[in-house]
Amino acid sequence: MNLVVNGAEHELDVDPRTTLLDALREHIGLTGAKKGCDHGQCGACTVLLDGRRVNSCLILAITQQDARITTIEGLDHPVQREFQAHDGFQCGYCTPGQICSAVGMLDEVDKGWPSAVTEDGEDLLSEAEVRERMSGNLCRCGAYANMVPAIREAAAQ
Amino acid sequence: MKTFTYRTATDVAAGLEPGATFLAGGTNLVDLMKLGVATPDVLVDVTRLGLDEVTERPEGGLRIGAGVRNSDLAAHPLVRRDYPVLSQALLAGASGQLRNMATTGGNLLQRTRCRYFMDATKPCNKHAPGTGCPAREGDHRNLAILGGSEHCIATHPSDMAVALVALEAVVNTSQRAIPVSDLYRLPGDDPSRDTILEHGELITSVDLPVVPARSTYRKVRDRASYAFAVASVAAVAQVADGTVTDIRLALGAVAHKPWRALTAEQALRGRPATRENFLAAADAELAAAKPLRDNAFKVPLVRNLIASVLEGLTS
Repeated sequence: MNLVVNGAEHELDVDPRTTLLDALREHIGLTGAKKGCDHGQCGACTVLLDGRRVNSCLILAITQQDARITTIEGLDHPVQREFQAHDGFQCGYCTPGQICSAVGMLDEVDKGWPSAVTEDGEDLLSEAEVRERMSGNLCRCGAYANMVPAIREAAAQ
Repeated sequence: MKTFTYRTATDVAAGLEPGATFLAGGTNLVDLMKLGVATPDVLVDVTRLGLDEVTERPEGGLRIGAGVRNSDLAAHPLVRRDYPVLSQALLAGASGQLRNMATTGGNLLQRTRCRYFMDATKPCNKHAPGTGCPAREGDHRNLAILGGSEHCIATHPSDMAVALVALEAVVNTSQRAIPVSDLYRLPGDDPSRDTILEHGELITSVDLPVVPARSTYRKVRDRASYAFAVASVAAVAQVADGTVTDIRLALGAVAHKPWRALTAEQALRGRPATRENFLAAADAELAAAKPLRDNAFKVPLVRNLIASVLEGLTS
């Protein structure tokens, strides 16, 4: 099968059981996306699939023939620079997933998508909004306090 | 994960061979396969069938393709305008990443579950009828208070389905049209099946009727976001001159299926929209509750939740 990852085409011979996460890490050698819980609960495996943020651990690679995948290795985005500037991490394990998720989330906000805390006419990137929209990414170090301003700052650029 | 073969579906009505399962977004099924709880021999991918549009029905209302992703549905302008309960329920469920994959049909068909069902090493009447239910004596804090049986007290975790029940949505399959509240089964003496669908019957779309009433969804959970409901309420209500003229209520996380609160509705129709009446209606519905050691708190929680949601909706 073919996967297009960060613009490069990869021909893979994978067992149908292989997740997209394992295809990226074990077959293509892109180890940025992390295996945290491996059950879609922590967000460490987040990548962009045709531009949308998804949990790569819950996707079978074989279902994504010719899909365009972007991993942390293929990103060049203000969110990355602002995570550094705001010290938006501690151990760093969840960081690639946090950043991919934030990039996907900012695109959702650009499209005007609501969240569970959205009130008509209010800022879609208030602190409460960023926390709600990023709730699918856990950080055991608890570096959220610095990620939220990093993401809001990146959005302003 | 047990090995399987994979193919893409090319025809809605083609059905399934024995041992085969449809795959859509995979956010529940792939997880269950990793856990060894689901062990299909064949996965038939339905995401390329083109069932991914929301269209306006000629007679009014909307038709939602079974493949429409939860995030797209929640953000759809007509859903936000005419069915706020549905948009709110979708946004209250899962995470941004999961909603981007999860589909309308797949959300409906996620398994009714509890922690014992999710553990293939535990006895469970859903895995194999007759093996027992550890939840009755074990961890049942978040399990059913209504409609359970001695064989199963698992809850259906969908938020979306609770909203669809309150909206009286209709599920269209490859074979028939089913009111969404009839799609699901109570556990009875065979909890192994969550729905009435036949093997190979594919959900193709969900129809929403015109709903000329206000609607809302409220979910109570143990953390502020990204957690299953401890209890939830979807309400559709119309009030004229202080009297309830139309009311539809559905409860989440209290039963093996999204629970239509018909008794409460009956107690409210034609009655003044007061907190006193809302609480009395909730009491009438909850009279049938059979809580266990650790989930009795859900009874007053749901009671107060119903009253609070209806007060907000009818004020």
